[in-house]
Amino acid sequence: MTERTRIPLHRDPKVRAILVQVLAAVVVGYGFYSLFQTTVDNLVARGIQTGTSFFDEVAPFQIGFTPFFDYTLGQSKYIDVFFVGIQNTILVAVLGIIAATLLGFFIGVIRLSPNWLVSRGALVYIEVFRNVPLLLQIMFWNFAIFLPTLPAPKNSIAMGAFYLNARGFHTPLPVIENTTGVAIWIALLTVLGIGLLMFARRAKVLFEETGQRLPVLWISLAVLIIGGYIFYLVSGSPLSFDEPVLGRFNFKGGGQLPLPLFSLWFALTLYTSAFIAENVRAGIQSVSHGQTEAAYALGLSRKNTVNLVTIPQALRVIIPPTISQYLNLTKNSSLAVAVGYEELVAVWAGITLNQTGQALVIIGMTVAVYECLSLLTSFVLNWYNKRIQLTER
Amino acid sequence: MKLSAKIATSVAASAVAVAQVASAGTLDDVKARGELKCGVSGGVPGFSAPDDAGRMQGIDAAVCDAVAAAVLGDASKVVFIPLTAKERFTALASGEVDVLSRNTTHTLTREASLGLNFTYYNYIDGQGFMVMKDSGIKSTLELDGASICVQAGTTTELNMADYFRNNNMKFTPVGYETSTQTREGFEGGACDVLTSDKSQLAALSTEMKVGPAGVTILPETISKEPLGPVVRQGDDQWMDIVAMTLYALINAEELGITSGNIDSLKAKPGNPAVARLVGAEGNMGELLGLGADWSYNAIKQVGNYGEIYERTVAPIGIPRAGSVNDLWTRGGILYAPPIR
Repeated sequence: MTERTRIPLHRDPKVRAILVQVLAAVVVGYGFYSLFQTTVDNLVARGIQTGTSFFDEVAPFQIGFTPFFDYTLGQSKYIDVFFVGIQNTILVAVLGIIAATLLGFFIGVIRLSPNWLVSRGALVYIEVFRNVPLLLQIMFWNFAIFLPTLPAPKNSIAMGAFYLNARGFHTPLPVIENTTGVAIWIALLTVLGIGLLMFARRAKVLFEETGQRLPVLWISLAVLIIGGYIFYLVSGSPLSFDEPVLGRFNFKGGGQLPLPLFSLWFALTLYTSAFIAENVRAGIQSVSHGQTEAAYALGLSRKNTVNLVTIPQALRVIIPPTISQYLNLTKNSSLAVAVGYEELVAVWAGITLNQTGQALVIIGMTVAVYECLSLLTSFVLNWYNKRIQLTER
Repeated sequence: MKLSAKIATSVAASAVAVAQVASAGTLDDVKARGELKCGVSGGVPGFSAPDDAGRMQGIDAAVCDAVAAAVLGDASKVVFIPLTAKERFTALASGEVDVLSRNTTHTLTREASLGLNFTYYNYIDGQGFMVMKDSGIKSTLELDGASICVQAGTTTELNMADYFRNNNMKFTPVGYETSTQTREGFEGGACDVLTSDKSQLAALSTEMKVGPAGVTILPETISKEPLGPVVRQGDDQWMDIVAMTLYALINAEELGITSGNIDSLKAKPGNPAVARLVGAEGNMGELLGLGADWSYNAIKQVGNYGEIYERTVAPIGIPRAGSVNDLWTRGGILYAPPIR
């Protein structure tokens, strides 16, 4: 060992590799540090105050749509505005992701329909919605379609206790009248749920033993709706409904889905679904035709072939690019300011930034929120993707 | 290794580039460039909106024209940069514009914490509310529960919140980014009321389908909105130039100097105050670091304050006689320090 000629340190590839890495890290780190320092120096030189002390100041403006969060003008603080913004961003993102997935899947599947008219229709849909800039679409739906066509509150379109007008969609909201009644109802529903789970397990056993399939989903749904309603009556109808009532200007009471949220959601859904549809089409086409033929040869029905053979294999191809679409949708929701929906960029990086002038802190926090939301979405979906990936035996 | 070395060099280079922040005087920058960069709203008739020929017109734009005339001798040497309410202060602080003349309200927070200086006021405004005429509403106190379209991030939004809180009334704000969008939302029925500075309400009503006759601007004025040009903090010379140019335009009106008679007055001024203002006497321009004909150029090429008002704000339906924007000698509060 000791006889071997030692490589001089500066020519040892391992040492050199580490050295270069460290050097690069130091230079990059210094670059960032000097950027930061320059910014701070310039802020000081120009007399611009910065910091987080404004968080606890009372926010001097009103926010219209705060469904899950109490925002009171004159009491709520700037930091509350931040949370309202995050909440509204997440709301529209979740609604958009659900709708875009369903619609995108549907369009993607019918894009491959043997019916010429249907598949060309899907093609036109995809090409129109994915090639027009999103901001234009949002403004088009809001200012050119919904606002001019929907009536003023006085002439609202009534559907029972539901009302639609240019301000949005107004619904009755359940109010708990009798707490014990609600508790009984929930307990009964839980029992029903456990029963249905046992039924599903039993159906699976039956299928494995005899090959007979029961329509578990439909039976469960029917039992849940009918049973749920009977139990609701049994527990003494413990809920009442707060119905929207037309006031001097608009409906008061009940729940409200404001038009800006609807326009934004609608545009985001159409736009993103066009991309998801292409992912779905590519995924389905990636499954070799031999798989379908083999399934038919085994005697599987057309429906079962699609549901049990084609889609599970296609999902592995569909999910990774669809994650990107979900992230895009979340980030695209920041275009909301054009139609007046109060999400993070509108109320925090917009109103709050302008009222306090704290650009550095506010933009930094906004970036961090989108970063976290994106990482969280990727994390969840990557986990799901891993679960359904092909497990080689 | 080569790549990492390259990255390292470029990062270091960009850090150095960022460190070199322009610190020279704005006056020298503008002279060297031969152009004045002026931030405007770009979409408010009467204040700053492009005309048929694409040239920015309005009382805000005229201030920049006058500053360009005073500094560069040519009122057309202005590059107008349209800014949203959100962008405006950052654009000024970062040097993207030399003057911000964008119907901006002077407030303590802005003056003290944003690294800006307000110079003087070119229009004194107040916030009001506009409703459709057929709503039958006669007073802002009837607006409890209304949805109100507003430009997000403005003092307007804050005044409205204060006013409703003060009067124990509820409202739902519908915030848009630009004033054009607030008008579209109001027309489409997204809100019952449109709020803004009264001058803007009048301007926006001229763009509506129903026209000014189809709307009512409610009588109450709920705030003070002194609007004027803004400059960066820390460049006192430049601040003086912008303020003095505005003062010169106001003094010109008071002394009866117009773009039409300035040449004959310069040849035979008579009144010493007139002589100083037209550059026939004294060294006013020199004190500011400008040529002796600074105020002459501004008045000759852009007109005095009254001429500018009649050309820009009067056509959108806001008469001046006896209003706050009239001269102090005629019952208004427009008052400029003497040029001497």
